Amino acid sequence: MSFEKFLFYLFAAILVGSALMVITRRNPVHSALFLVLAFFNMAAIWLLAEAEFLAIVLVLVYVGAVMVLFLFVIMMLDIDMATVRAGFIKHLPVGIVVAVLMLVEMVLVLGPKHFGLTKYAAPEAAPADYNNTAELGLSLFTQHLYALEIAAVILLVAMIAAISLTLRKRPDSKRQNVTRQHMVKKKDRLKIIKMPAEEKG
Amino acid sequence: MISLSEYLILGALLFVISIAGIFINRKNLIVLLMCVELMLLAVNINFVAFSHFLGDINGQVFVFFILTVAAAEAAIGLAILIVLFRNRRTIDVDDLGTLKG
Repeated sequence: MSFEKFLFYLFAAILVGSALMVITRRNPVHSALFLVLAFFNMAAIWLLAEAEFLAIVLVLVYVGAVMVLFLFVIMMLDIDMATVRAGFIKHLPVGIVVAVLMLVEMVLVLGPKHFGLTKYAAPEAAPADYNNTAELGLSLFTQHLYALEIAAVILLVAMIAAISLTLRKRPDSKRQNVTRQHMVKKKDRLKIIKMPAEEKG
Repeated sequence: MISLSEYLILGALLFVISIAGIFINRKNLIVLLMCVELMLLAVNINFVAFSHFLGDINGQVFVFFILTVAAAEAAIGLAILIVLFRNRRTIDVDDLGTLKG
């Protein structure tokens, strides 16, 4: 077994183990932390598959942003653990049956008979001056430019949606309404009263 | 050398684990969202592996866009989760039947 293969199996074993921990842990914080471990190992496997840019993006975007958001939300919500776990045992058998059936079917299709090294020979290692980021950027900014712009719009929409969903107007806040302050006219505030001058006493 | 079927079977294994997770964590919407993230990751490894073995960069471009959409989905999903918790004081999927006629 080559060193590369050993690394692949090591990372794959940790990946599958941490994925199992994600779905079985009682505490969602532990689940999120095991998901971080799974993302790290997946990034390592992508490095083995020569997708260097995506491996780094996976760590930066997922571990750095998405999982931190998950942890933030988990800690912000006060979840009652006892009720959360109620249906675990009840749904466990059907979950295992469906998972095993799907796995058997997929292994039959994806096994070495159809996708082994004889059918798909392992590609040669890329030369030392090969730049995965440059290749990906070239493809993104020429061939897939519209898709890239649509992805940017999707991110913008997601940001606006997330903010507008969670924005809450508190009735007791003392915030100034700048628009109303600007719209105020003189006659709304100032009252001029005509009266005779008083004699000095 | 690592064969293509090893990558694909790893992806399949990860996918069925997250399906089982969706079955058994019916009460906890946060873990359900994490299982969806895991599923998307399992699909991504297929794209990366095929991109590597067929020598085609387009597979990695697809993964890039899937990561973008997954990040947007996580942000909106968690925002909905927060609004839900604020209104109902629960994140149990079974309690979300108010739209049922």
